[in-house]
Amino acid sequence: MTCACLADTCPAPQGTRARVGKVSTARAERLVNLVLALLSTRQYLTAERIRGIVPGYADAATDEAFSRMFERDKTELRELGIPLETGRNSVFDSVEGYRIARRDYELGEIDLAPDEAAAVALAVRLWDSPELTGQAQGALVKLRAAGVEVDENPSTLVEPRVHTEPAFAPLLAAVQRGQVVRFDYRRSDSPERRSRTLEPWGVVSWKGRWYVVGHDRDRAAPRCFRLSRIIGAVKAVGKPGAVTRPPDVNLLEFVAGTTPHDPSPAATARLWVAEGRAAGVRRHARVVGRMTVGADDGDVVEIDLFYPESAADWIAGHGPDVVVLEPDVLAKAVQDRLEAVVHGEHG
Amino acid sequence: MSGSTERLPRLLALVPYLLARPGIKIEQAAHDFDVSARQLRKDLELLWMCGLPGYGPGDLIDLSFDGDTVSVTYDAGMNRPLRLTGGEASALVIALKALAETPGVVDTDAVHRAIAKIEAAAGDARPSGVVVGHAVREREATARTRETVRAALQAGRALHLRYYTASKDQVTERTVDPMRLLIVQANSYLEAWCRRAQAVRMFRLDRIDRLEVLDEPARPPADARPTDVSDGVFTPDESYPDAELVLDPDTRWVAEYYPCEELAELDGGRLRVRMRYGDESWMVRLVLGLGGGVRVEKPAQLAQAVRQRAADALARARHLPVTLPQ
Repeated sequence: MTCACLADTCPAPQGTRARVGKVSTARAERLVNLVLALLSTRQYLTAERIRGIVPGYADAATDEAFSRMFERDKTELRELGIPLETGRNSVFDSVEGYRIARRDYELGEIDLAPDEAAAVALAVRLWDSPELTGQAQGALVKLRAAGVEVDENPSTLVEPRVHTEPAFAPLLAAVQRGQVVRFDYRRSDSPERRSRTLEPWGVVSWKGRWYVVGHDRDRAAPRCFRLSRIIGAVKAVGKPGAVTRPPDVNLLEFVAGTTPHDPSPAATARLWVAEGRAAGVRRHARVVGRMTVGADDGDVVEIDLFYPESAADWIAGHGPDVVVLEPDVLAKAVQDRLEAVVHGEHG
Repeated sequence: MSGSTERLPRLLALVPYLLARPGIKIEQAAHDFDVSARQLRKDLELLWMCGLPGYGPGDLIDLSFDGDTVSVTYDAGMNRPLRLTGGEASALVIALKALAETPGVVDTDAVHRAIAKIEAAAGDARPSGVVVGHAVREREATARTRETVRAALQAGRALHLRYYTASKDQVTERTVDPMRLLIVQANSYLEAWCRRAQAVRMFRLDRIDRLEVLDEPARPPADARPTDVSDGVFTPDESYPDAELVLDPDTRWVAEYYPCEELAELDGGRLRVRMRYGDESWMVRLVLGLGGGVRVEKPAQLAQAVRQRAADALARARHLPVTLPQ
């Protein structure tokens, strides 16, 4: 048999195309042929039959070598997400065979408008993790193969990035499999590492941070954990399908409820700010007068406070450049902080 | 053998890809699959040896080459790509959801349409269990700033800024040549060539107090390089001084918020960290604001500066009743 291709630039040397039981076949070639054979059959093909027809398996000298080879190939196909079905053609068959159902194998029809394709191209570049970027690229290859035109470098004025944590992938996998997880967790205010056992309901991104929400078995209550505070590996425990998410739970609200909403000012404060100092305070303040404190000139300003507690931290940070005039409670809070610094350092 | 795990998905996608694009240039296909043209030719050679049982000329995948282009003339039944895996569908759809929650990048309507189509095509692989909420933390004023910056980028114009530099606690006026807008960990930044600093700088949008789009064009120098933000926006310089701090349980969040090296867990839930800082006055403000919840162990000069500022502040506050108006 000779090459059927008539072009001068045919990549294969003439006459070498057909397989005449010669040199060993490249593994990738054997796998492609296996996929094509299993896609084209409606009957289940037994391992023995596959050994007889698919080029490459004849290279296995013994039954045992073939069996090893075939097992490894099946594993690889399954890892790629190829739906390998097993079954018997009739009740009289003694061994199971294999086939691939075309409708389970093939990507559904998809057609993206140019602006949709541009969004996809951008999304592929969003992850800051090589692993997730690789997965997204894999999806892109398949979309292209489905005929979608995606320009790799869409021009964009804004470049967002999605940051992930090492715990992200194992938690997502556990959520999708409905599997209980165990991990070590450290709250930000405590050195204590605690092992937590969680029935995970979902992974949530809120304002650029990742959380996992679920039923905390140790507390016997729903809880939310920040992924960046998980230490070490996330271990899946127990069987897949063991977790059911309550139907009425709103994951986003669960997380958003534990983080502050867009605030409205809680109070107004009057401060004295030294001449030309504390730019960080001045930019949020309205100058309402002048005043001398000791021998130093400065402005009297008014400022809206959103979080009085953190305002005290922030004002104390400016040291002698900012003095609280009112309210007294804020003045006292700042004074406490400054005194703690002085005493803490002396004691 | 590890090569085949990368190669097989490409081989399976290649035939349908070529079917959809008869007469495509081999160079272009290689580019789309992110491999060399040489590798792509090897892939085509391999596919050309594959086909259906029987493996006669009419059973094998057939390709026709014309100059530097290629077409599939027989696909041996491989006319659609393999469906998306759960991992692929998740990686793509979650990124799209994040994009939809990030204002001002692309038309979010297009993103939602793309998500719906990909989920429909993904079938069982459609990702579940992931929710993406607001991808930025910002107030209305910052959203307005972003729109102005975007307009300047689009029109290729320089910007005049009034900018607050938190590290120095200074407000400065500067003219910059915008390069790009970035959203990193929910904060928006303008990366631009700063004519004042003669360097590429990142400007956090919520610290831009005023801005004006200028008539003159943006002209960042040709050698102005974008910053690598894969490790965050602020990467402490090796040359910066470092401080050793002991954080109380109440102030341990500092280690999470700023780039720190954790040195030791101490009794009482305290944590010793090493932290680099670019500007001493910034470090003094941070430590003072933590109000005794942190102890500066090194350097002595920083500890002294913090103590002095606290004492001065208390002294000044004591002057108040005398000079208070009314």
